[in-house]
Amino acid sequence: MSAPNRLIGSALERVEDLRLLRGRGQFVADINRPDQLHAAFLRSAVAHGMLRGVDAAEALSLDGVHAVLTARDLGSPMPLLPIRLQPLPELEPFCQPMLADEKVRYVGEPVAVVIADSSAIAEDALDLIAVDIDPLPAITNRDQAEAAGTLLFPEHGSNVSMRWNAVKGDADAAFEAADYTRRETFTVQRHAALFMEPRGFVAEWDTDAEKLSVWGAAKVAFANRKILAATMGLERDQIDMIEGDVGGSFGSRGEFYPEDFLIPFAARHLGRPVKWVEDRREHLMAANHARQIECDVEIAATRDGKILALRGTNWTDNGAYIRTNGSIAPRNAAQFMSGAYDIEHIRLTSYSLTTNKTPTGTYRGPGRFEPDFVRERLIDLMAKDLGLDPLDVRRRNLVPADKMPYPLATMTPFESVTSLDSGDNHALLDRCLAEFGWDEKVALQGQCIDGRYHGVSVGCFIEGGAAGPSEDARIVLESDGSFAVYLGSAGVGQGIETIMGQIAGDALGVPFERVRVHYGSTAYVAEGFGSFHSRSTVMGGSAIVLAAEALLEKLRPIAAAALGCALDAVVFDEEGARDADGKAVAFDALSDAPVSAEARFENKKYTYSYGSLAAHVAVDPKTGQVDVLDIASTKDVGRMINPATLNGQSVGSIVQGLGGTLLEEFVYDSEGQLLTGTLADYLLPTATDFPNIRSTVLELAPSPHNPLGAKGAGEGEIIPVGGVIANAVAQALAGFGVEPMALPLSPPNVWRMLQEAIP
Amino acid sequence: MKAAFEVNGESVEVDVEPRLSLADCLRDVLGLTGTHLGCEHGVCGACTVIVDGQAVRSCLTLAVQADGERITTVEGLSPEAGLSPLQAAFRKHHALQCGFCTPGMVTTAHALLSEEPDADADRVREVLSGNICRCTGYVPIVEAVLEARAAYRKMEGES
Ligand code: FES
Ligand code: FES
Repeated sequence: MSAPNRLIGSALERVEDLRLLRGRGQFVADINRPDQLHAAFLRSAVAHGMLRGVDAAEALSLDGVHAVLTARDLGSPMPLLPIRLQPLPELEPFCQPMLADEKVRYVGEPVAVVIADSSAIAEDALDLIAVDIDPLPAITNRDQAEAAGTLLFPEHGSNVSMRWNAVKGDADAAFEAADYTRRETFTVQRHAALFMEPRGFVAEWDTDAEKLSVWGAAKVAFANRKILAATMGLERDQIDMIEGDVGGSFGSRGEFYPEDFLIPFAARHLGRPVKWVEDRREHLMAANHARQIECDVEIAATRDGKILALRGTNWTDNGAYIRTNGSIAPRNAAQFMSGAYDIEHIRLTSYSLTTNKTPTGTYRGPGRFEPDFVRERLIDLMAKDLGLDPLDVRRRNLVPADKMPYPLATMTPFESVTSLDSGDNHALLDRCLAEFGWDEKVALQGQCIDGRYHGVSVGCFIEGGAAGPSEDARIVLESDGSFAVYLGSAGVGQGIETIMGQIAGDALGVPFERVRVHYGSTAYVAEGFGSFHSRSTVMGGSAIVLAAEALLEKLRPIAAAALGCALDAVVFDEEGARDADGKAVAFDALSDAPVSAEARFENKKYTYSYGSLAAHVAVDPKTGQVDVLDIASTKDVGRMINPATLNGQSVGSIVQGLGGTLLEEFVYDSEGQLLTGTLADYLLPTATDFPNIRSTVLELAPSPHNPLGAKGAGEGEIIPVGGVIANAVAQALAGFGVEPMALPLSPPNVWRMLQEAIP
Repeated sequence: MKAAFEVNGESVEVDVEPRLSLADCLRDVLGLTGTHLGCEHGVCGACTVIVDGQAVRSCLTLAVQADGERITTVEGLSPEAGLSPLQAAFRKHHALQCGFCTPGMVTTAHALLSEEPDADADRVREVLSGNICRCTGYVPIVEAVLEARAAYRKMEGES
């Protein structure tokens, strides 16, 4: 870099805040096009059944209704929702049709789309459509799915869509030789990302230019453009995906859903712009669910607490279809079961099951939150059985710094080998204990104070980041001397406009105010991979560093000519270029016409942030209420771009994890009806729930895999929350012998465990 | 049906379907898109506006019910240029990430601090507990609102 760091590492206030705080954000619901129509979706009210017919005659006769689209209107073969990550051919039979055709497989599955003058009329028309469904038995749990009395996809012959294996060493031999083994079954409940801005699109088809514009893009605009082009029979360059302000993703928003196809399709079909904004009830049954898993896992160790091996089986409930990234949680749950620990022998299998529920996808820390709950619980159970201090057991088993890079289990199919890149787990654990005040708090372990039982626990985690393959950046020196940065990354509310500006400012050696960052839309760069797997900062940021270097090299001869000096005498500074004698030329004088450079950062190696999280809880045995009195976390991200946004991610991530641990749950009845269809039934954390959350983010071990040294850090602290809280509850209720094996630890569930434990 | 009310200091008259919510009226009829809709069933608070000093969920209010009222939206709490002290405190404490809940947080906090500029942390949390934020974990929002109290005390002293 041409100038010392000034922007990277500083807690700059965000650029985006100025518009967002004043109510001037441009979210998709704020976009309107002249002459636009509005869409509403008719969704299946039946979880499983043969779709015999859809009669829309009455709806069509309603004033203001322009069309009712059903499967028949989409052509043959019916376009399917493709798999974006790990597109294995075995999974193809489980892809979702854009509209239900012969069968409906979950409550909320789109059956028809009404297009009308207003969304109110479109919604009125939904009530006038008659749907004829012959119900089939609903598969709502693992036993039913495995019994296979009813099959969602009879031609496949099983409700198991896929099997993944994680293997390292020789687990069976290690178990054979072990002093100690314990096998338990754990479950994590179905919950979801629940970002606050409902999904939505405005699509416009320009008949003359044969071009499609889609507002409402997020997360992976380039990948979605590819899918849209393929399903609509268009070339990619006929489509512009436009990203405005985005109200959160956490893995879920921005994945390709049926609506991503149906709204553009309707716009082209009718030759008019079409707008749709999801309502919350619809969101709860239509957007990806996540996390539901059952894990039967066994741990082997020596008598003195050295973990030797893990083996077992996971079953994820993937819902009715495999969606774009539906395979990530089951495969991750196998590969990341060992987490931050040095475990030589592993054999874990994950099965994904199809059931008559909303399909699943990634949610922040996918397939990481779940196995962390399992592993951290097993470690505490083992410590207790062996009469060891759980903290000592963790210290004893963490991957030591001198074993880095440290290989994880190898996955098949879609073979993947990965290693923890760098880090000092022990240092992060010690720092966490210090921040938390462990010594003081651990004295309260199991004590009853004013009617509540206290417990503390600590756990260690890793967070994978920086998924490849690449990211593009283009930087343009404009004729006014400012720099425009164009990026293939996407913003989902994490503040990348600011973060990328900081990286660009330092890479170019110019003040922040001189840089404008443009991202998210497909028009800016040739290719982009977006925002998932904690990748934006590392991948997009590294591309910016490379593009800045390229741009300065392009400017060097121009500057040399202007200054009349040799190429290597040119030095760039904040204002422009100067020569050895101090003669200077400003940037705006170097750019009669805009000068542009583009670069691609390629990376196949993941980064691994890592850290620890400690919690202090108090449990009221009369109500089962778990109060979280304090949480302190540490995380090493290698290099911090903006400490304020990073800490913000950490605290937000922890509170989301607490929601998933204590409050949130999608409940289905035996017919496959979703019983938690409003935010009054599906409980999210509120401001009174968790007041004491502290995070510490450190820069200890830079990643060797990118020029910034940064590690992906957007998911992080959510990962250990379930395991740590469950262990703290177990410590609090140790006197009763309560050992939580299932989430959520909601008051009724904790109360029930206590009733069962009290003789 | 006609309704006449004041929005952010300006008188407006609208002729709308009786079933139109105040939120949809503000957003779609009056173009004030700072008021957001996160649930449309009264739980998330993103749609909060101030009606005669009270924080009100505009998704649960009909536009025609606003007849004769004085309404303030987030746009009305924003100075011509720059940020209000409350908004500046949000920015300083990084009390927003995606910013979708933010207008509702700002209106709710403004209504609270206008009435109770000495509200303590528990009171702030209690009042904000009607607004859902999925990004921040609330910690920085509470810090921001507590810091903004000083500006409201000053305003109270001056008025
Ligand atoms: S939109 Fe009004 S409370 Fe959620
Ligand atoms: S900042 Fe995203 S919901 Fe509050």
